[in-house]
Amino acid sequence: MTGNIIELTGLTRKYGQFTAVDNLSLTIARGEIFGLLGPNGAGKSTTIMMMLGLTEPDSGTARVCGLDPSADPVGVKKRTGYLPEEVGFYDDMSGLDNLVYTACLNGLSAKEAKAKAEKLLERVGLSREKHKKTGKYSRGMRQRLGLADVLIKDPEVIILDEPTLGIDPAGVREFLDLIVELSREHGITVLFSSHHLHQVQQVCDRVGLFVGGKLLATGDVQSLASQLFGKSPYSVEAGIDIPKQHPGGNTGNDQKRREIMDALLALSGVNDIMEENGKMHLSCERDLTGEIAAAIIGCGARLTSLSKREYGLDDIYYRYFEGGENHE
Amino acid sequence: MTLTGYFNRKNERVRHPFRVIMEKEMADHLTGWRFIILTAIMALTCLGSLYTALANMGQAVKPNDPEGTFFFLKLFTISDGTMPSFVVFISFLGPLLGIGLGFDAINSEHNRGTLSRILSQPIHRDYIINAKFAAALAVISAMLFALGMLVMGAGLVTLGIPPTAEEFIRMILFILLSIVYIAFWLNLSILFSVLFRQPATAALSAIAVWLFFSVFYPLIVNLITKGMEPSPAASPYQLVAFEQFRLTLLRVMPNQLFSEATTTLLMPSVRSLGPLTMEQMIGAVPGPLPLGQSVLLVWPQVTGLAAGTIVSFVISYILFMRREIRPR
Repeated sequence: MTGNIIELTGLTRKYGQFTAVDNLSLTIARGEIFGLLGPNGAGKSTTIMMMLGLTEPDSGTARVCGLDPSADPVGVKKRTGYLPEEVGFYDDMSGLDNLVYTACLNGLSAKEAKAKAEKLLERVGLSREKHKKTGKYSRGMRQRLGLADVLIKDPEVIILDEPTLGIDPAGVREFLDLIVELSREHGITVLFSSHHLHQVQQVCDRVGLFVGGKLLATGDVQSLASQLFGKSPYSVEAGIDIPKQHPGGNTGNDQKRREIMDALLALSGVNDIMEENGKMHLSCERDLTGEIAAAIIGCGARLTSLSKREYGLDDIYYRYFEGGENHE
Repeated sequence: MTLTGYFNRKNERVRHPFRVIMEKEMADHLTGWRFIILTAIMALTCLGSLYTALANMGQAVKPNDPEGTFFFLKLFTISDGTMPSFVVFISFLGPLLGIGLGFDAINSEHNRGTLSRILSQPIHRDYIINAKFAAALAVISAMLFALGMLVMGAGLVTLGIPPTAEEFIRMILFILLSIVYIAFWLNLSILFSVLFRQPATAALSAIAVWLFFSVFYPLIVNLITKGMEPSPAASPYQLVAFEQFRLTLLRVMPNQLFSEATTTLLMPSVRSLGPLTMEQMIGAVPGPLPLGQSVLLVWPQVTGLAAGTIVSFVISYILFMRREIRPR
């Protein structure tokens, strides 16, 4: 079966006056790694709860694996693995026992459950700690155990809600790599909810920007950038030093600066110049790094640094929040 | 079939998720310190009351006593005034047992973050609360039956008289009644565990209700009825109506219902739980009631206790099903 594995149409959930999720429509294709990006309190968790049938939507429908989570929550939960932000285990049981318990709840016999749990613990790198009580696990180990816990039911979709919160950078990297590997190996669709831009950028095929209960844009990072920054997808940053001995002192310096700016704006393809901390930020239509360098030196100034940069998720994210709404 | 063969087959069987949860909960209870402590308290109670009962057995049996034939039942009911009898102990400590096993049923799962993880497994939501109730009840039943049988066995050894069939049935009924009574307190504490996030708050509220009913409520009833007491010269109808009113007020207490029901079951000579007029007594042959009549007499009390149990379970069930599940 191919096509869309998650289809949300017009999903709305209100808490009193507050609308947590507002008319959300979203489709996710099978095998995709989708990043749901938004600040805290944007309604990401509520959306996930509705997909799992743990919360009822006020209006709209959700279809996960072709099933309606409010009508058939058990069917959906059989095919969906969910890893919450802070996954909880029974602290007085060992990691292995916790996994076996989940497996048994998913209809495996105790024997199969044990074999499978051992295999998965090996896979997430916890086989040495499997008999340790989970109360003694570190944060990173708990998250990895959580991943094994999610995978034990052979899910078609896994939903990860802020899974990397509180893990150290090396652990995050390892964890993300593991997710990508597993997703590719088994063709699992992954919905990754986070407010960490870089992590999302690192692993996700497609990203949805989710703010104040609304989905503002979806697409891969490139297409989001071109949607947003339209005509000026390139940005060049130039550090300029104007020789001190130039006659006219400070006013001369300013004059020189204006002269350079005019020269740069005259270049075809440069849309805008902003000056910040003594550096000039240029928005360009094309890659104009060479021309810019030549123009600055042509004006008799020194070029101290020149860097070219493509827009990342950071810029996309902040551009959206420049309006100031629901900004935390 | 060998024992290992049995365990192998057990391991290969796929268990229903409800059974998986229930078995886990039972294992948790049985291996936990809390249950061990509660069992120790109950066992000490048993020993203490058994000792006083056996020491006073000689004085308890008088010639021409209508209950002389129910010698064995006295094991549960007599005391010399220094130590309460077994029945009184159960009615006082039973609530503690029920509260002890239920006060953190739901909220501790929530606080550990395991609730959202378990609920994202393919099970119906009510399995959790039902299995928790069933597991605690099973453990309590096993314990009460074991203790009851031990008391009987000890009595058998020291007295040298076997119980008659009727005595045996009365004792079994008494144990069943105690289970219903403890189930009421268990459900009440599960209800508090759904209502309150903190296990300590839930435990305190349940204990507050228990104290209220066992200490303060009788005082309040006394206060109310003191002012309404008719003069001794009032008509018998007024006196009877007043007595009925007082009893009705008292019967709001679960412990009152329990003690009325147990006394009737264990003391077959009790023939009415309300006031009796002289006319009613005239011509009555002093003798024990047959089993059927005793059961008939306590039927309203048993129904009341069962109703209380069911009502508090239904409330906690509905609250739990409507509860929005959030990851911690």
